[in-house]
Amino acid sequence: MLRALLGRWRSSLRLLRPAHVEADHAKISVTQLGHRYGNKVVALQDVDLNVRSGELVCLLGPSGCGKSTLLYALAGHVQPTGGTVSIDGQRISGPGPDRLLMFQEAALFPWLTVRGNITFALAARGVPRSERKERADQYIRRVQLQGFEETLPHQLSGGMKMRASLARALAVDPTVLLMDEPFGSLDAQTRIHMQELLQSIWMRTHKTIVFVTHDVHEALMLGTRVVLMAPRPGRIVRDLEVHLPMPRHPEDAALTEMVRHVQGLLREVERNTLPEATPPRATAPAASSPPLPASGLPRPAR
Amino acid sequence: MKRDAPLKNYAQKLGLVVVLLGLWEGLSRLGIWSPYLFPGPVTVSKSLWSMASDGRLLDATLRSLGRLGRAYVVSVAIGVPLGLLMARLAFFRNAVKPVVMGLQALPSICWLPLALLWFGLTDTSILFVVVMGSVLGIAIATEDSVQGVDPQLLRVASTLGVRGLRFQFGVLLPAALPGIVTGLKLGWSFAWRALLAGELLFVSGGLGQLLTVGRELMDVPQVMAVMVAIIIIGITVDRVLFQTVEGRLRRRWGLEGAM
Ligand SMILES: Nc1ncnc2c1ncn2[C@@H]1O[C@H](COP(=O)(O)OP(=O)(O)O)[C@@H](O)[C@H]1O
Ligand SMILES: [Mg+2]
Repeated sequence: MLRALLGRWRSSLRLLRPAHVEADHAKISVTQLGHRYGNKVVALQDVDLNVRSGELVCLLGPSGCGKSTLLYALAGHVQPTGGTVSIDGQRISGPGPDRLLMFQEAALFPWLTVRGNITFALAARGVPRSERKERADQYIRRVQLQGFEETLPHQLSGGMKMRASLARALAVDPTVLLMDEPFGSLDAQTRIHMQELLQSIWMRTHKTIVFVTHDVHEALMLGTRVVLMAPRPGRIVRDLEVHLPMPRHPEDAALTEMVRHVQGLLREVERNTLPEATPPRATAPAASSPPLPASGLPRPAR
Repeated sequence: MKRDAPLKNYAQKLGLVVVLLGLWEGLSRLGIWSPYLFPGPVTVSKSLWSMASDGRLLDATLRSLGRLGRAYVVSVAIGVPLGLLMARLAFFRNAVKPVVMGLQALPSICWLPLALLWFGLTDTSILFVVVMGSVLGIAIATEDSVQGVDPQLLRVASTLGVRGLRFQFGVLLPAALPGIVTGLKLGWSFAWRALLAGELLFVSGGLGQLLTVGRELMDVPQVMAVMVAIIIIGITVDRVLFQTVEGRLRRRWGLEGAM
């Protein structure tokens, strides 16, 4: 109890520690990724990123720094012009059933009900007809949309649409969930609700999630890791582990402290004055800070 | 609050129609033109009634609509798949679409001489003209609405792994359906025009011939009465069939602001 209290007062710097994940421990492994649009705009340059299984990684950065491009490359929807993306050591070459991409819009099929949207997705994944309805309803409950099974998307509010979309994504059970500013178009209140919902779902399932956002508070509220990106060319400038246990409260003092710290970093990114982080392997191989074992991540009490 | 607004709207429209009819009747009674050439609505409705009661009108209407129905089914059966192919396959887009666009510029009645040479003075000639008049419009509208499908839905279908026939019939077709139905409605009105143009030109037993007979007998009230009947039939089919289907579809798809 006392230790937990003390933990709140520890400086944000101790709660935010540089992440070092070896490629051979990683679920997702991105090496030397580069991408140019129309061979002109350098959207990504020399991006290295390793994501462990069960991590919730937030890609954070100003608009235009290549967050979406990186995410789409993970999804296989963008063919990068350089470097590789591997999942479980297998190099990917396109979209696959192990990864699912969610967009800022709920993108529900407007002619299908909430349940219809989910059963349709399950059908596409080859789930037998007899199991679809039950599984759909299970995920509808999980996102707290009971009573709206037969509702059409245009009759739902923005937050409810997003929950339906989330239920559809979870129901097809991808091993990696990729989310591109999924709560970006929601109002502040709904947004907090969705963040809490996603936290509780992540705590139950420990799905590997890569979550794109330009909102610092959202990144620290959700991420077990926050990857800070900078534009022109799009690159990673900081990769920080967030040692704050879930569930997190939006007004938590330590969270607020960390938000302030990361906002400072972000301002430097925007002014282009942030010095490059010391390359973890090149100068001091695992000496300055030993690679954290997976158990070092904040795990929820079950 | 706005519940009686539609009623008021109808009353206003009806009032306007009555005023116009009164104006027409008054004008014909002034005797500026011969009453044989410019009869009033009373004379015209008498003629309409006599054609309706001796069965001539019903006969002609059934004939015309029967023809239209057959030709329209053919048009839809060819036009919709053709539109889908133009939207989805490069060959059709590059080779067939320009031809379709070109032929679409041709008024449908221009097909009649060719039809008469090919099929003679038969029903088939009229059917051919009607099909040529509507199939291209339906194909182009279908192609348009498939091209205009929300790219977000296509992306989500791809990330959910929806492929093949399930994609074509479960995503693409329903997403394009409201646009396709609008195209079908347009196609129907093209077909209706082409049909009457065709029927005017030779002994066909339809509404078009009823018009021709009226002209040959110099019976202006009959000509006007048939015109009125054609207008009423056209509006009825459009309202009853297409607007209902279109409205329902658009509501279900959430395209109309029915919140
Ligand atoms: N389809 C595209 N064609 C050309 N340039 C693009 C395209 N998509 C994104 N870009 C450019 O690539 C850069 C990174 O874009 P993006 O990945 O969308 O950034 P973010 O998601 O961080 O806002 C931006 O400069 C953007 O203008
Ligand atoms: Mg983006």
